[in-house]
Amino acid sequence: MTSAENSKNLRTLALDGLWRDNPIFRQILGICSTLAVTNLVINTFVMCAALTLVTAMSCLTVSLLRNRTPRNIRMMVQTLIIGFYVVIVDVILKAWWPDMSRNLGPYVGLILTNCIVMGRCEAFAGSNKPLAALWDGLFSGLGYSYVLLAIAAVREMLGMGTFLGWPVPYFSSPYWDKWIIMVMPPGGFFVLACVLWITRSIKPKEAKK
Amino acid sequence: MNSLGAEIWQAVVVCFAAVFTNNILLSYFLGMCPFTAVSREVRTAGGLGAAVVFVMTFTCILNWMAYRYVLVPLHLEFFRFILFIIIIAAFVQLVEMLIDRFSPALYQSLGIFLPLITVNCAILGASLFMIIREYSLIVTIGYGFGSGVGWLLAILAMAGIRQRFNESRVPEGLRGPGITLIIAGLMALAFIGFTGVLS
Repeated sequence: MTSAENSKNLRTLALDGLWRDNPIFRQILGICSTLAVTNLVINTFVMCAALTLVTAMSCLTVSLLRNRTPRNIRMMVQTLIIGFYVVIVDVILKAWWPDMSRNLGPYVGLILTNCIVMGRCEAFAGSNKPLAALWDGLFSGLGYSYVLLAIAAVREMLGMGTFLGWPVPYFSSPYWDKWIIMVMPPGGFFVLACVLWITRSIKPKEAKK
Repeated sequence: MNSLGAEIWQAVVVCFAAVFTNNILLSYFLGMCPFTAVSREVRTAGGLGAAVVFVMTFTCILNWMAYRYVLVPLHLEFFRFILFIIIIAAFVQLVEMLIDRFSPALYQSLGIFLPLITVNCAILGASLFMIIREYSLIVTIGYGFGSGVGWLLAILAMAGIRQRFNESRVPEGLRGPGITLIIAGLMALAFIGFTGVLS
């Protein structure tokens, strides 16, 4: 696995993160900490930026330390590295954007137990060069982010008739009966299920080509 | 100051709210990974759920004490994520060793789930929620236990429903996680029906 993945070039890594091995469609990983904030696009955007930053930087650090970390305590070391970046993100957010920090509540802290961060560190960064690890973490984070942003856009538009707080022409007019359920928790489950349905139905066709 | 009786009453209310109206899984989306992965059979789901109830109750208490008596006096509140995850990992490890040593039968049914629990977001999430909502120790016990039971209830119901689904013809792309999420959404809808029962 190590030699095969080492030889992957950066372009392949980016494509894997964005589509072929997308953390959400392929692995259903790490939806816990972010799905909850997809009722508004702006919350999702901040949360995804935080997650991408933490994933990329932790992968880089884990990779830099990979030859110095004893194998039997590597999980603990990885958790501490991730925790370190989560604390940085949390403190920055509290200082610069206290309202957003309150909106996101405990979910910024929960990046720590997000399976994607841990998964990328364990599966890739632990056995690859720093640059490749940074790139892989960055694109896993981005691949995750665009899916969640799409989910958030659908939920906010159908549920509130807005996008980033701006009214959307048809959906904010009285003709559109707002689907309040979309901004409530069940909406998150339904939209994610639909996203999975669509992407998984596209997949088999690609494989046949 | 609240009297003890009032606080116990509040703990009971918070506990019921955590099971039904504010279910940690169905309204906060925490603990989704094991929920979609380990909900195929009622037996295993029950084992994992029981382990979650136990670990969540005790880690909430431990984390509350660590936060109140160590982090607040030292003004190190921002450090809580790291401290909480270390406490959770250490607690799970300790319980695993104790169960293995004293009750091999219980270890067979519960022990295999314990390592999974360290990375269960619901455990850390419950600890973070109790800090944000500024619960007292007694209320925290009710909250930790209630959240655990709520999670157990959700995964048991899901496993029961999924067992019935084995023979059904689900559209190809929806099989596996897709249909699980749809069912979870319907369950979340049903749980919204409890809103207003406690007020």
